[in-house]
Amino acid sequence: MVRVQQAPFDVGAELAALSAGRTDIGGVASFTGLVRAMAGEQAITAMTLEHYPGMTEKKLAEIEAEARARWALQASLIVHRYGRMLPGEPIVLVATAAPHRAAALEACAFLIDWLKTEAPFWKLEETARASRWVEARASDDQAAARWARQR
Amino acid sequence: MRILYFAWLRGKTGTASEQVAPPAEVATVGALMQWLAARHPGFAEALTAPGVVRAAVNQDYAEPGDPVRPDDEVAFFPPVTGG
Repeated sequence: MVRVQQAPFDVGAELAALSAGRTDIGGVASFTGLVRAMAGEQAITAMTLEHYPGMTEKKLAEIEAEARARWALQASLIVHRYGRMLPGEPIVLVATAAPHRAAALEACAFLIDWLKTEAPFWKLEETARASRWVEARASDDQAAARWARQR
Repeated sequence: MRILYFAWLRGKTGTASEQVAPPAEVATVGALMQWLAARHPGFAEALTAPGVVRAAVNQDYAEPGDPVRPDDEVAFFPPVTGG
């Protein structure tokens, strides 16, 4: 399931809902991305996430479908927020459920790595003095590239 | 053709979206970028740094050689930074 929303979410409630009422799931893996208070030496007062409505949902659904094609998952969830948030608030949650840990952990890492390079979101950091758009990191491209299919 | 600009590119063009009718010879993403650059000096400036301006046609990532048609939605934006 994919959700793109402005409102904060409760990580515990989301994870509980993923396996609620089921006894076939052996493990749930998750990653939660949070707004950091520091970017290098700079104190961040807020972060605004802009997105491309429509394309965002489409890309996240494609990424989720790719994970489910590669790993035998019993459930999966991507929640990504947009709008203005404060340090400590959650930005993104990805969670995967599988009978055994390897599939859940690998698929979870894949989802967040791919999401960071494929989903059309842009971060605007606010400091006490100014706002600036966050630049893409080469390390994120490298993290996504390690999931390229061996041909 | 509907054109969208995101993140700091929106600041370069001064608009989030615009409806345009380029001539028929503007048939690829790359040609459209050059045509838009003539309308927006800030967009032209952004194009001078290679690889900084990315594109999507009808909500799928596109390369400069990909085709554009009159009823397409074409978006331009810097590299994504979500997650």
